[in-house]
Amino acid sequence: MIIQQLLNGLMLGSTYSLVAIGYTLIFGVLRVLHFAHGEVLMAGSFMGIFIILWTGLPLYITLPLTMVATGVLGLIVEFLAIRPLRKDFHLAPLLSTIGVTIIIQNLAVKLFGGYGTKFPEAIKIADFSVGPYLISSAKILIVGISLFLMVVLYFVIAKTKVGRAMRAVAESHLTAGFLGVNVDRVVLITFGIASALAGAAGVMVGISFHAVSPFIGLTFALKGLVVMLLGGLGNVGGAMIGGLILGLAEVISIVLLPTEINLQDIFSFGIMILILIFKPTGLFGSRISQG
Amino acid sequence: MDYLISVTTIAGIHIIMALSFYIPFITGQVSLAQAGFMAIGAYGSAVCTAKWGVPYVPAVLFGGVLAGLVGFILGLPALRIKGIYLLLLTLGFGEIVRVIFMNLDYVGAAAGFPSIPYQKYTGLYAYAVVVALIIFFSRLRKSRMGRALQAVGDDETAAEIVGVNITSAKLMAFSVGAFIAGIGGGILAHYQEYIEPLMFGVMHSVEFLVFTIFGGIQIFWGPVFGAFVLTLIPEFFRAIQNWRMELFGLLLIVMMIIRPQGVIGLDTIQAIKKLLKIA
Repeated sequence: MIIQQLLNGLMLGSTYSLVAIGYTLIFGVLRVLHFAHGEVLMAGSFMGIFIILWTGLPLYITLPLTMVATGVLGLIVEFLAIRPLRKDFHLAPLLSTIGVTIIIQNLAVKLFGGYGTKFPEAIKIADFSVGPYLISSAKILIVGISLFLMVVLYFVIAKTKVGRAMRAVAESHLTAGFLGVNVDRVVLITFGIASALAGAAGVMVGISFHAVSPFIGLTFALKGLVVMLLGGLGNVGGAMIGGLILGLAEVISIVLLPTEINLQDIFSFGIMILILIFKPTGLFGSRISQG
Repeated sequence: MDYLISVTTIAGIHIIMALSFYIPFITGQVSLAQAGFMAIGAYGSAVCTAKWGVPYVPAVLFGGVLAGLVGFILGLPALRIKGIYLLLLTLGFGEIVRVIFMNLDYVGAAAGFPSIPYQKYTGLYAYAVVVALIIFFSRLRKSRMGRALQAVGDDETAAEIVGVNITSAKLMAFSVGAFIAGIGGGILAHYQEYIEPLMFGVMHSVEFLVFTIFGGIQIFWGPVFGAFVLTLIPEFFRAIQNWRMELFGLLLIVMMIIRPQGVIGLDTIQAIKKLLKIA
């Protein structure tokens, strides 16, 4: 029982992490709240569904394909709704990405209908049992893939040239530019990576909840924001761990607290407000001096 | 005709909500809690009329005061934080309010609060409030307090140096904004006769923000214009009805690229004044 709950928490948490990493990367390099990030996740879910349904490809091909597709979506968003903006009004990117949210969501409702769509069976491995407990192999796989993606990302940011450029741009656009970093391209790449991760999270959400609707974006966007804050703005490692903490905390709160009231959401937003009031830099320290 | 009146009434309520967003915005506080305050006002006043038999006007005022008090309490921690942190704080607060009403059996929980007494003259009341707010804002602009708010919004440090009490200015703006939002909620509740927590989600707070920034942020006519036009326009484009939301999103993006200060700026007001003088 407890093992299954922990696994549920880790599964939920690792999808939160993937969303939050995207937020924190974009916030890090651009100081922008990408409002449409949740919709990119939703788009990823539907892309996953249609790739599996139309081509019947297995998960290990579907997932990278979806990530490429949502990555491209992220590039388009950056190119059309972020890059043309003037830099002197800090709310402009928020508003233009709200515009993107409205467009993506309504297109999704037109294409897929306002109701849930069933996510096809993507993982065909039998569940196994540890002692008397049945462990879902799909859940193990989701947690595993998420952790793998995070490790890869961490390696990219810490060791590669692109990662170094991203860190430099996060520090200062001006200085990075002086030192020969192509700032515009780094911002574009960051949007691509963040959106690809959101797409992966979308597929995971589809697999674990078995159904997808055009309205799931906002829920995960809000959870992603909580996690971004929990880990500290701009702190990628913090977002990874923060997501797992929130996922576990939510599952534990469901188990321990009375079931007739839906405390799950109060719980996560309560955490967010407490952090904002008492420790705005998050649990693991913010990489950004001012928000 | 009935349809036109109902759309115009909703536009009036939206103007109230946009102005409720605008007043803390003057001091640089971007609040996504306005739908939450609206919910407090709506539920507060509905409980008054439907359960305790209080008349309409005092009930709506009670809802407003209740929202204002909660706004004051939320305004205290909000003083310490800025930018995206404040955005997230108010967003989280709005969601918590919604989830609380979702679980409160006394007001119908998720099923909603039915049979609220219908106010036939909602349109009149709404526009009376709008007119009162317009007078308030135009007087505020020329007053000491209004200039203090503007100064805090432009540059907090500079405002503090010239002797503006930032704490009281920001707190006042935040609670007054919450009060106005509460009034808007009360009026809405007695027009719809039925309220449910879903009517006060984050996306509604975002909507009020969009009204304001689309309309213009330099002067209070901006939010008034934005709320009115963005509520009415989609209703009249039956031909493009199917694509109106997509067009709306596109409009927002284009708007932010070509005119981020909103449709109505100080230059627009100047131009209108000049036109009026010539005419």
